[in-house]
Amino acid sequence: MSNEIIRLENVTFEYNSMVEGGQLKAVEGIDLSVKKGEYLVVLGHNGSGKSTLAKLMNGLLLPTEGDVYVKDMNTKDEDKIWEIRQTAGMVFQNPDNQIVATIVEEDVAFGPENQGIPPEEIRKRVDEALEIVEMTEYKKHAPHLLSGGQKQRVAIAGILAMRPECIILDEPTAMLDPNGRVEIIDTIKKLNKEEGKTIVHITHFMDEAVEADRILIMEQGKIVMEGSPREIFSQVERVKSLGLDVPQVTELAYELRKEGIQVPTNILTIEELVKAL
Amino acid sequence: MIIKLENVNHVYSPNTPFEKKALDDVSLCINDGDFVGLIGHTGSGKSTLVQHLNGLLKPTSGKIIVDGRDITSKDTDLKEIRQKVGLVFQYPEHQLFEETIYKDIAFGPKNLGLKEEEVEERVKKAMGLVGLDYERFKDRSPFELSGGQKRRVAIAGVLAMKPKVLILDEPTAGLDPRGRDEILGRLELLHKEGITIILVSHSMEDIAKLVNRIVVMHKGKVAMEGETREIFKQAEKLVQLGLGIPQITSFMREYRKRGNQVKDIVLTVEEAKDEIINFLRRRGNA
Amino acid sequence: MLKDITIGQYFPGDTFIHKLDPRIKILIIMMFIVSLFFIKTFKPYLLILAFILLSVWLSKVPFKLVLKGLKPLIMIIGITFIINVLLTKGEVLFQIGPLTITKEGLSQAVFMALRLIFLITGTSLLTLTTSPIALTDGIEKLLSPFKRIGLPAHELAMMMTIALRFIPTLMEETDKIMKAQMARGADFESGNIINRARNLVPLLVPLFINAFRRADELAIAMEARCYRGGEHRTRLNELKLNHKDVLTFISMGLFFGFIIINRYIQLM
Repeated sequence: MSNEIIRLENVTFEYNSMVEGGQLKAVEGIDLSVKKGEYLVVLGHNGSGKSTLAKLMNGLLLPTEGDVYVKDMNTKDEDKIWEIRQTAGMVFQNPDNQIVATIVEEDVAFGPENQGIPPEEIRKRVDEALEIVEMTEYKKHAPHLLSGGQKQRVAIAGILAMRPECIILDEPTAMLDPNGRVEIIDTIKKLNKEEGKTIVHITHFMDEAVEADRILIMEQGKIVMEGSPREIFSQVERVKSLGLDVPQVTELAYELRKEGIQVPTNILTIEELVKAL
Repeated sequence: MIIKLENVNHVYSPNTPFEKKALDDVSLCINDGDFVGLIGHTGSGKSTLVQHLNGLLKPTSGKIIVDGRDITSKDTDLKEIRQKVGLVFQYPEHQLFEETIYKDIAFGPKNLGLKEEEVEERVKKAMGLVGLDYERFKDRSPFELSGGQKRRVAIAGVLAMKPKVLILDEPTAGLDPRGRDEILGRLELLHKEGITIILVSHSMEDIAKLVNRIVVMHKGKVAMEGETREIFKQAEKLVQLGLGIPQITSFMREYRKRGNQVKDIVLTVEEAKDEIINFLRRRGNA
Repeated sequence: MLKDITIGQYFPGDTFIHKLDPRIKILIIMMFIVSLFFIKTFKPYLLILAFILLSVWLSKVPFKLVLKGLKPLIMIIGITFIINVLLTKGEVLFQIGPLTITKEGLSQAVFMALRLIFLITGTSLLTLTTSPIALTDGIEKLLSPFKRIGLPAHELAMMMTIALRFIPTLMEETDKIMKAQMARGADFESGNIINRARNLVPLLVPLFINAFRRADELAIAMEARCYRGGEHRTRLNELKLNHKDVLTFISMGLFFGFIIINRYIQLM
């Protein structure tokens, strides 16, 4: 038994561009292995290929070259596709456009219903999933009356009810206000720490990456940086040149160092910088 | 003074079970040349407020005076008000509809009944203001642009009306840091051109960097109002209202609390750096 | 706010009528409608009236709400009434200028108006006591025998569900786009019909583009949640007939059967 849940081997994805014409490579030559229970964050600016990477991970897109394996199942294997999608569940950016039903619990049930699970078991899973995302009291509500953060939590519950081992979140906070963002980040942490789900979180907000186990940064379809948050953010200049932010205190520490003040480079929090000074 | 609100109330669906007071006795003054940051969490009444400033919503009671004219009176020409006060909604790129960028930006000036030469002049100027090359972009379809570019086209569409006041509702929502910096940089330039700007934003970092005055909305009321530094001084109150302060500002507050004599309010990384270097030198010399 | 509008007119409740299987309710209303058209005299209307009043009472839906369903159709009822009054020949009651009012005309007009009123109140009782979801489920199940002749019952029901889900979202979006274009000086309120239609372009183009984008994203999200059509699908709340449903169905069947037979063998 390997402790690896997703494996990409030399993956390239090409698509036809209507605008610029011809074949474009959204991702190119990617090798990647996601470990069970890991909290992986993929950073990158818009158009860096990070969304394509997400869709490759559960067979919504198939690689033009190379192979993607989810628990040793190749996403190109048509017989396995449904098993792959229920192993690696996916949450999208716009909460409105992934909610199907007019009542919260009916929506959460949508996945298990598609899996053909018996009604009593669906009921159990729906209740459990809503409990985890703390939306139980809204189970009879109409989704369009919920806040953005609440809708996104319903969407997460809808994936959880399929009992995936891994959850891929494609910019789940991009359309939310700060409160909604906090709700989702807390939920993601809970899924990873308490429910033991493997998380692949795709985002362009660096502050959401600080607590990850590992960060990947993508640029023009390639992985250009990889490491722990500390390793990544200490390279302030490089991260900024890739069109991304670093935490303000990290940037301050970096600037102070440049001025000859002795501070470590790998500062991530207010507390660390206060201590260092 | 350019915009003045006096005891403005707004109630949605009055006398129904859905009745909701969205604005509660709001009095406010926006001055010529201001760069105002309007903050508050979702549902605080910010969006309702800005829609009053150009007559898209009418107050249930109270007065709104724009450029010396009461826009709540019946005989006001709302088109004229909407020309003076330009409003850019959240996700403006979703409102693009024309085949070419030129036509889309020209929509506003054409509605004003301007002549073709004048329209062209304005489109050119507006594209310049948002940093889109006229010759290169004018005949392209707005739908084939990147997210940040689409948004700039949408903002140009409002700028082409030559507003005195430009209101932007979350202009950076959904953009990556690069797109965000592009838009914010443009706003700074526009302000230097002499346009009064009202920026609705959730990002305290952006607000701290750009604006000179802040209005905080809470439950339909103006909860705080004042100069940027004055507002950030009251960090506890901001937190109480469900808002935060930039990380750099809280770092400096924390640093000061531990007995280091630095300024209590710092808004940007740059400022913090200078302050700490000065402080360390002073301490070194002492 | 547009957000607050409720789709359909479901009046939530926990009564016997609310709990009836939606399939049974749909079938009963179908029998109700059919029997209405078999009625040729006033007397059986009493039975229909009794049926409506009893259902309203059992469902605890405020009577006002039931009548509200008539409001948008009051014109049609009025026109039907007038046409019937004026165009039926028979024993003249009185004459105003060229207009003749006959006894038969009057009675025919009242008869037709009542039929329409019953028709509308009966069907709105169905939608008042059945949630849109239950209704779609019911329709899907009732249509499923026709799958064999190629009727896409599941797909139709799924379309209805998605439509119900997205109507409020699209309404909100319409409002937003309209305001945004008004901020650029667009005018949706004045001008003649042709101008007005042309002025809708800046509203409709973004609305459609966004709707297609939504549809695309929703399709991908549904696929990611293992949606592959109606085959092998189970439901959280499976429809199950209990003995109450069956008994209600049988007694209602007899009731409306009586009304229909009454047309041929005058029992009342």
